[in-house]
Amino acid sequence: MIELQRVSVAYADGGRPAVREASLSISAGDFVALVGPSGSGKTSLLKTINRLIEPSGGTIRVEDRDVADFAAHELRRRIGYVFQGVGLFPHMSVRENIAITPSLLGWDREKIAARVDDVFDLIALPRDYLDRAPSALSGGERQRVAVARALAAEPRIVIMDEPFGALDPVTRDALGRAYRALHERMGLTTVMVTHDVQEAALLADRIVALRDGCIVADDTPRAMLSGAHPEVSDMFETPRRQAAAIADLAR
Amino acid sequence: MNAQLAAAFAVLPNYLSQHVLLSLSAIALGAVVSLPLAIWAARRPTLRWPLLAGTSLVQTIPALALLALFYPLLLAISGLTQELVGATTPALGFLPALLALALYAMLPIVRATISAISGIDAAIIEAADAVGMTSSQRLWRVELPLAAPSIVGGLRTAMVWTIGAATLATPVGQASLGNYIFSGLQTENWVFVLFGCAASVVVALLADQLLALVEAGAAKRDWKRAIAGAGGFALAVVATLAPAASVAPSAYVIGAKNFSEQFILADLMTLRLRAAGHSAEKREGLGSAVVFRALAANDIDAYVDYSGTLWTNLMHRTDNPPRERMLAELSDWLKKSSGVVMLGALGFENNFALAMKRERASELGIATIADLARAAPQLTFGTDLEFQSRPEWRSLRDAYDLRFREIISYNPTFMYRALDDGQVDVITAFSSDGRILAQNLVTLDDPKNAFPHYDAIVLIAPKRANDEKLRAALRPLVGAIGLERMRRANLEVDRDADKLTPRAAAEELGKETGLLK
Ligand SMILES: Nc1ncnc2c1ncn2[C@@H]1O[C@H](COP(=O)(O)OP(=O)(O)OP(=O)(O)O)[C@@H](O)[C@H]1O
Ligand SMILES: [Mg+2]
Repeated sequence: MIELQRVSVAYADGGRPAVREASLSISAGDFVALVGPSGSGKTSLLKTINRLIEPSGGTIRVEDRDVADFAAHELRRRIGYVFQGVGLFPHMSVRENIAITPSLLGWDREKIAARVDDVFDLIALPRDYLDRAPSALSGGERQRVAVARALAAEPRIVIMDEPFGALDPVTRDALGRAYRALHERMGLTTVMVTHDVQEAALLADRIVALRDGCIVADDTPRAMLSGAHPEVSDMFETPRRQAAAIADLAR
Repeated sequence: MNAQLAAAFAVLPNYLSQHVLLSLSAIALGAVVSLPLAIWAARRPTLRWPLLAGTSLVQTIPALALLALFYPLLLAISGLTQELVGATTPALGFLPALLALALYAMLPIVRATISAISGIDAAIIEAADAVGMTSSQRLWRVELPLAAPSIVGGLRTAMVWTIGAATLATPVGQASLGNYIFSGLQTENWVFVLFGCAASVVVALLADQLLALVEAGAAKRDWKRAIAGAGGFALAVVATLAPAASVAPSAYVIGAKNFSEQFILADLMTLRLRAAGHSAEKREGLGSAVVFRALAANDIDAYVDYSGTLWTNLMHRTDNPPRERMLAELSDWLKKSSGVVMLGALGFENNFALAMKRERASELGIATIADLARAAPQLTFGTDLEFQSRPEWRSLRDAYDLRFREIISYNPTFMYRALDDGQVDVITAFSSDGRILAQNLVTLDDPKNAFPHYDAIVLIAPKRANDEKLRAALRPLVGAIGLERMRRANLEVDRDADKLTPRAAAEELGKETGLLK
């Protein structure tokens, strides 16, 4: 479904590349979590998939076509994208924000309205929020709207950059699980960037760890947590230790 | 005072509608050109600097000069189109004013648009790309809506500037509220000057406030407010333009330079044409250099000029033949060089002259400049500010070997006062000036013909050369207006108390000379 071959990203000519020769193969239906410390190149790698960033080297194929062969806007309409920075349009209501990609695709009015209703139900917000401006929402509420917007055009691929970062742990957990259920039901292919390896481990089928722009490990959550990849043990040590400490306290 | 106000209000609908039409067209043209350029430049930083620099440069040219510069430019273009397709384009009036003001309106629109679009948060632009917008969808759905309040702000600034600058369209022959100001300044009619300023300020403020409503509405996405502002704006425009729409263009256009005598004579000619059943209007306040070329280019149909002016400035002659021969040669030359027809002389000259108080002149036994030369070493000479740099002064001085005890220059009003007070003994004057009459002055004869003759002559545009209706209406003016009568009419307009408008003075002059009933 998504094939990255030796993809590199360099922002400035001659500067240290943000991503170095990353190769990754994601099959239809996979749920992949991209983890790594801040600045390790997660966002940069993710954005090459929908061509928000043009790689400085390597090839990217989506649905068996080189992304360079797509008109950028057509590629992007097929891929739901959730920004790390949310990225709602301030001059449009929540409803208009969610409806944007379907309307760009030229769907008819009723179909758009029905679809907006459907995806809005997924994010569990009161219905009267639909007519609010994004500025009248809390940060977490905005993130949920951004998820709904990414799903609105019935994409088969969803890429998300810290989609639940601004949520409280309870909502975060609920929304994560709701999304995972949707992923199954709709047969999506999902790539989700997250700082939170615990979240990655609980939601994803597969975890890809980045460090300094290189993919350093790529395996199931179970294998990652069991210490099969010593080069990323520091990333997984902390949540394990915390979980043990919490368990101790609760005893 | 009340009569002045009434006279001002009487022409308000016409001036106002012309002013609004001009400002609005200029803004519209400026916006139509600026917006695409600015949008383009907002996306291509390399274009930004040249565009901003270019529009800023235009802004540094004084508006009056910019307007004036379009006249020769359009005249050249008109000559070109005449050669290429056999049709001329108008070089005077609406077109040059429109183009100059549109250029002038560009900077605020360009600047506001570029800074609004390039100031949009990069994350929002990225989001527009990420949801799959093409670059034109991004422009229409995201960038322009977000930039709209600032763009309306830029339009507001442009609107206020343009409405103010449109008052400067008068000298290129486009009527505007500036007509009050220009004619008022020339005739020292302060009621007119203030009226013109106040009217243009009111129009600018009103437009600004209505657009402010649109801007606030756009910023808050409060469409009711935006529509109220736009609706009010449209209504005000329609109301002021209604008189313009109902006026058919006049058959004849009479030109006038920018001083009282010219205003009066243009009014007199216009009134005569109307009395003969033709529609006619004035284009007044035209620059001295502009007016002849406007006539030669058929932008105006007739006006009064002075033989000596054309003799020296157009024919570049330095000799000084007698009056009749000068007129005959000038008439031939005009016909040959530009097809302009000299209908005839009105009967008075507006010469350079030297003037003295009547008692002082007779006390010293001075009747001619030759007499003056003998007494000059004991006398003080008052001039206006430019006289001493004119060629006329040099030839006068050399012809009579004039050597005054002292020469003092004044602005014209103070020069006449200084003569009255006895601070100076003799002054430079224009021979038809009303103050010669009012202050009981004598003008000294010029036996050596040092000053050229400045006969007031009626000129007719080439395309009207054989227009019998025009000729028949204007021919009776030839030889009908004597120097004393012209001085009186000028005085009626220029004096401080009981001022007449040029039109009232023209009516009176016409009645007394039998030219008007
Ligand atoms: N537009 C840019 N121009 C130059 N350098 C950039 C740009 N965006 C990111 N970088 C650099 O590239 C590297 C990778 O950044 P990236 O945003 O991919 O990190 P990340 O893993 O998403 O981090 P975080 O978890 O903090 O979001 C960083 O060193 C960053 O400073
Ligand atoms: Mg990131």
